[in-house]
Amino acid sequence: MMKNVNTRRDFIKLSSLGGLGLVLGVNQLGHAAGVKKLTVAAAELEINPFVIIGTDGIVTLVNSRPDMGQGSTQAVPSLIAEELEIDLKDINLIQSDGRRKYGSQQSGGSSTVRGLWTNLRKAGASAKEMLIEAAANQWGVSTDQCYAENGKVILKGQNKSLGYGELAEAASKLPVPENPKLKDPADFRYLMKFNKRLDVPDRVTGKAVFGIDVEVPGMLYASVIHPPSVQGKLISFDDSAARKVIGVKEVLKTKSYYPGGDTEALAVVADNYWSAQKAAKLLDIKWDDGDLKKTLNTDKYVSDMYEAAKGEGINSEEDGDFNAFYAASENKLEGIYETPFLSHSAIEPVNATAHVKEDGTVDVWAPIQGPDGALSETAGLLGISPDKVKIHPQLLGGSFGRKAFMNFMKEAVDLSRQMKAPVKVIWSREEDMSQGPYRPAMLSKMQGVIGRGNSLAALSHHAVGESIMGQHWGGLMPYQADGWIGGELSKDNHKYNFPVHKLTYSRVKTQIPILWWRSVYASNFGWGQECFIDEMAHKAGKDPIAARKELLKNSPRDLKVIAKLEEVLEKQGALPDGHVRGIAMFRSFETMSAAAVQLTKTDEGLKVVKVTSIVDCGMHVNPDHVKAQTEGNIVMGLSAAVKGGITFSNGKCDQQNFHNYQFMRFAEMPEVDIHIVENMEHPGGVGEPGLPPIAPALGNAIFNLTGKRLRKLPIDLASV
Amino acid sequence: MAKINLNVNNQTYKFEAEEDMPLLWAIRDFVGLKGTKYGCGIAQCGACTVHLDGVAIRSCQMPVGNISKKQKITTVEGLGTPETLSAVQEAWIEEQVPQCGYCQSGQIMSAVALLKDNPSPTDEDIDAYMNGNLCRCGTYDRIRKAIHRAAGESAKDDIGKR
Repeated sequence: MMKNVNTRRDFIKLSSLGGLGLVLGVNQLGHAAGVKKLTVAAAELEINPFVIIGTDGIVTLVNSRPDMGQGSTQAVPSLIAEELEIDLKDINLIQSDGRRKYGSQQSGGSSTVRGLWTNLRKAGASAKEMLIEAAANQWGVSTDQCYAENGKVILKGQNKSLGYGELAEAASKLPVPENPKLKDPADFRYLMKFNKRLDVPDRVTGKAVFGIDVEVPGMLYASVIHPPSVQGKLISFDDSAARKVIGVKEVLKTKSYYPGGDTEALAVVADNYWSAQKAAKLLDIKWDDGDLKKTLNTDKYVSDMYEAAKGEGINSEEDGDFNAFYAASENKLEGIYETPFLSHSAIEPVNATAHVKEDGTVDVWAPIQGPDGALSETAGLLGISPDKVKIHPQLLGGSFGRKAFMNFMKEAVDLSRQMKAPVKVIWSREEDMSQGPYRPAMLSKMQGVIGRGNSLAALSHHAVGESIMGQHWGGLMPYQADGWIGGELSKDNHKYNFPVHKLTYSRVKTQIPILWWRSVYASNFGWGQECFIDEMAHKAGKDPIAARKELLKNSPRDLKVIAKLEEVLEKQGALPDGHVRGIAMFRSFETMSAAAVQLTKTDEGLKVVKVTSIVDCGMHVNPDHVKAQTEGNIVMGLSAAVKGGITFSNGKCDQQNFHNYQFMRFAEMPEVDIHIVENMEHPGGVGEPGLPPIAPALGNAIFNLTGKRLRKLPIDLASV
Repeated sequence: MAKINLNVNNQTYKFEAEEDMPLLWAIRDFVGLKGTKYGCGIAQCGACTVHLDGVAIRSCQMPVGNISKKQKITTVEGLGTPETLSAVQEAWIEEQVPQCGYCQSGQIMSAVALLKDNPSPTDEDIDAYMNGNLCRCGTYDRIRKAIHRAAGESAKDDIGKR
């Protein structure tokens, strides 16, 4: 079926709907009847063929968002099938291949459901209306006498029906409905309902094919050794021992593609991966570590950030004159909060398979977050037309942002070009961990004023650290505040109604490569902001929940989130002796999430007993997906709070593998209690918003238990 | 190079390979079963867990040359298919455990071994036994529930024998 999608240029009718177009194509596939396609253009005037119906009745839906565990292989077809009236069990699902007609295909920014909610439903609804009209025409009745159900159009009150396959050709010749009617949510069969993910059986039997599992005939395997120091240069190497390993075909140079500039790396190519990995360890390589060896370390970067925090940042947003107010106030407080660098460390290390063929075409099979980016980067690297490139997105064995940066894929393409054979590159865990890029370490300098009547009167958040936008694309002028950070911390986003409010940003540069990491900056700045709100509440003599209610008095939707948290905590009953709770809340990706961490002291140190999360994501595809993602966010958020971060010394990463970069294991897993705020608001994100409140809820719980205000992550629970 | 003769999921596989190659890579690249995963290569994550004569081992640490043809290797593919699921796999589906699913082969192989030794484990037993299996997606809570569910089922289905 995938092949068919590419040849659908034969007949295309485009309706001009000013924003939403609908395209209908029929193509001849070398056999007379052909396969009928109903294709739909979504917003941004890009043509997105998501629905393909064969005359044989086979319905193929296209998932335009790679699945890294967030459940897009279920969520995307659910959105279409809901309106198309087809059973999910009866469809084929294919991944989009990066072509523009599918629109943006990046899984990231928790955008899949919130971004595609309306357009994918319209894709399904348009197709359904055309199928109904085709059936009505055939029966000589009006369309309101017909309805669609389970892949058939049925004539009301009579025992007549026509399958979608029988109607596809006639439907394809009809005009495209301009405004297909979407279902009333009360009639939803899939959306907002618990449905088992249909791909789970494959994921528990070893059948699911991840990027690392791809097999291509004649494929070679490569293990790549990158400069151990940031921007290190390859001087020379001795590969005589490596070449003696049975199975080794070649040792060759490739490029290491990094935000700070490309450097050379060395690859061993063999006829099996073990030989390549074993031989790579036998390479005797001389690297020039360069000047960064003397200057690049995390301590220096962190002290630079504390220095920058002393100054004034670049103004991003201000209500009132914070500095004057702060100077004139007597009841005020300040604190600097710190978060470390972190590795994504998906259990599937980064990998990719590429075949640069003699005829000039290229195939890429890779666990990447965005096939559209993969397409343009592959074409750009080889200097060829994107038409020559075919991207085959594979399941990702976790990603968390990392596999949206595709330097590993470019290596596979480059090595295949050099070897004139398909090549699969798999980074060893050590390379995956020590090369990054990483979640940046950042500071929040917080200042606040307690006003008359113990009100929380003024807040200043001075965000400090390296900018992803600045480091990757040079896209940040020295006079600019980072817009991503500004958006996250703006009053518009947090809705805390401080009469005086200031948000500033100071960029502190580092060559340590950085990248988005689950929830991006919210994972850094949620820590400072939400611990500090707690500090202010305590200083004002207020309960932290009551203080937030006052701050959010103009945001009724957020007040309901707090009310839900209170209700859930009350239902949990009185805390056992020696147990305390801390709470926090943070909005990211259009979803407010609140969390309560229950903590106690044991002989081994502090123990997180239970985490309660409230998620207000509006409408959603499947409440169980929301809960699963939130469980993941609790675990990743706690890991970020209590496990060691990534550090650099003398230009090199100090961590190599899971023995010295750890995240939570079973024995540390608390009980979880997750609740979704039920409403009919437009969907917000789900994959990330549960994470930011976890660390500050823990910090606030530690304060409640010990009286100590910890401001630096990670926290060693054993020694608090 | 040595002649390797492996019994994997009750089938014999013969190939030539270096004896120091970890069983993990033999299973993946020579036997051709991809359900067993590479995560760390140093027995820290458990993604490569398989059974050797019924005992859970980290296949990244076991040189293929150390295994005799009489020893039985079981991988996740040997437990069951989507059509013929084992009780543990069924429990995993009932609890909707996997997110990305990459670590789940290893989790399931560990869980089956745990239930064989201890048919009704407590939370503490599960935590202790499963502590060597990492999950970055954070499915630990559901795994616990799935193991309890499978333990409930195992009395009926005798899954421990698998």
